[in-house]
Amino acid sequence: MTTELRFIDAIHAGLQASLAADDAVVVIGEDVTYGGPFGATKGLADEFGRHRVRDTPISEATVMGMATGAAVTGLRPVVEVMFVDFITLAMDQLVNHAAKLHFMSGGQLRVPLTVRVQGGVRGRFGAHHSQSLESWFTHTPGLKVVAPAFPGDAKALLEAAIADDNPVVYLEHRGLYWDKGPMHSDPVDGAVVRRPGADVTIVSYSKMVHSALAAAERLAESGVGAEVIDLRWLEPLDTATVFESVSKTGRAVVAHEAVTRGGLGAEIAATIQREAFAELLAPVARVGAAFAPVAAAADLEDAFLPGLAEIERAASSLMTFGPTPA
Amino acid sequence: MTELDVAGRLALLERMWLIRAFEEKVSELFARGQVVGLIHLGIGSEGSAVGICSALRDDDYVFGNHRSHAHAIAKGADVDRLMAEIAGKAAGYCKGKGGSMHISAPEVGFVTATGVVGGNIALALGAALTSVTTGDTRVSVAFFGDGAGQSGGLHESLNLAALWKLPVVFVCENNGYAEFSPLSAHTVVERLTDYASVYSIPAVTVDGGDVMEVRRAADHAVARTRAGEGPMFIEVLTHRLRGHYEGDPAAYRELSEREEWTTRDPVARFRAELDEAGVAADTIAATEAAARASIAGAAEFAVAASGPGLDEATTDVYAL
Repeated sequence: MTTELRFIDAIHAGLQASLAADDAVVVIGEDVTYGGPFGATKGLADEFGRHRVRDTPISEATVMGMATGAAVTGLRPVVEVMFVDFITLAMDQLVNHAAKLHFMSGGQLRVPLTVRVQGGVRGRFGAHHSQSLESWFTHTPGLKVVAPAFPGDAKALLEAAIADDNPVVYLEHRGLYWDKGPMHSDPVDGAVVRRPGADVTIVSYSKMVHSALAAAERLAESGVGAEVIDLRWLEPLDTATVFESVSKTGRAVVAHEAVTRGGLGAEIAATIQREAFAELLAPVARVGAAFAPVAAAADLEDAFLPGLAEIERAASSLMTFGPTPA
Repeated sequence: MTELDVAGRLALLERMWLIRAFEEKVSELFARGQVVGLIHLGIGSEGSAVGICSALRDDDYVFGNHRSHAHAIAKGADVDRLMAEIAGKAAGYCKGKGGSMHISAPEVGFVTATGVVGGNIALALGAALTSVTTGDTRVSVAFFGDGAGQSGGLHESLNLAALWKLPVVFVCENNGYAEFSPLSAHTVVERLTDYASVYSIPAVTVDGGDVMEVRRAADHAVARTRAGEGPMFIEVLTHRLRGHYEGDPAAYRELSEREEWTTRDPVARFRAELDEAGVAADTIAATEAAARASIAGAAEFAVAASGPGLDEATTDVYAL
């Protein structure tokens, strides 16, 4: 029987497996012995000891620097940043040391660091607890970035991140935490085609994959076949899977919850247009949030958040270009 | 630790000369355009670097700052590879990718330096965390200046190191100037050891012009922190005899002050001490000659060395 776990419990299982597999793995963060606000680390301190699962003060900058220093001297730390909004406090250490030490040392130092960050819009939390900052990380050479959308990937990709010899930012959308799904032992590299389709490619990651799949259902009702790609890794980016799909469909929508302007969608759109221009029937469309902070009021949060409707609208508009589907 | 015998003290003097000669040579190469970039020299701080590092084991960790040629040499870095690094050559420790402010010589325990003021302090805590997690007894040292004293990173690190009793020695080289302004323009706190006291970390202020005084303080601090008694803090009063960086005319500094510090030069002072202790003049002079010969060789090596292949501009971004 396949094991089904909630996304948050899959993260817990990934941490547990990694702590058990390698004594160099340590978990560091605010309230991690208690389990954190969502329970991802609950019980790990009792199981593995408080020397391997350590609570820190609310000192994000120093915790990130300390984890980096531990990584270059032999540990494999997993840092939890409670909300991605607070990683702003630790960006100096993340960008200037974790990301650069391998390069600046001419390859002498390795930084096997995993940074678990929870974020995204859910729950009317307002502008300091709802952001999607992945473009800051993907714009930084030396960082890897992963954003799972399903519980099975939550476990498998976390274990892969921890085993990686590079700093990996592991993005968790809290809107996914209570989703249930099967665990797997599939390959952890690259993107995955979640739904095949012949007319338009929808490229997405994290929670937006679910909106893309829902939009694809709706599009199918009007006779449009949408292929949905779950990128999983934002760095390194699996452009081969994207190009393969776009060369088949001729149309692409890139969808994310982060603000559209300067977002990862811009990079992917530009790459598609450069590498697959001849195959394109329509301009590449982008779906993302408005260029604004997230408001706390329920109506305003809903108005800000892109989703199914925006993806469906973007895909439909692309269908006005090129031949009508058979 | 017992006091050093004459041979041991001569070895310290030679190491101080090695730093002095290295920095003077870098200055000379910079003036000739054979070294380029943003270069911060540590002339005048030899007593601090050598005093602290001579109390460490080979496998202890040191984390430097933007002015760390001296710290790397004091920890045992090879001067040929260090000079080649600063000159941007393939034979440098980091293949020229680090340069003067980002030296990394992990094989001798000099893990890394940083161009971000105060940025290395948390890294030193990380190495100490590795020590306590793996159960070895290595000690971690962070060198930083008085300018880093007002950074959040220092205060967070003092708190966390004390809380977790990490084997870290904080070494604040107080040269009285944070970039181009005197310390009094940065804080009303006069003794930076006060910062450590707030977090219940034992702290001492020593005269960086006296290498043996620095070494005694370091011996004490290293022994305590190695024994698991938690972090220690040493404020070393020192001075940079050059500007903030090479090319800085240091117009903001009083000449009289410079005169005073020149007479407190740690190298000249230690040489005079050995002389007073009856060590033969030839023996003392030989330390300088040996150091200058090594550095002449290092400069020759660095200048003649090949530059890195251009593909190195984009390799080592990710570990494979």
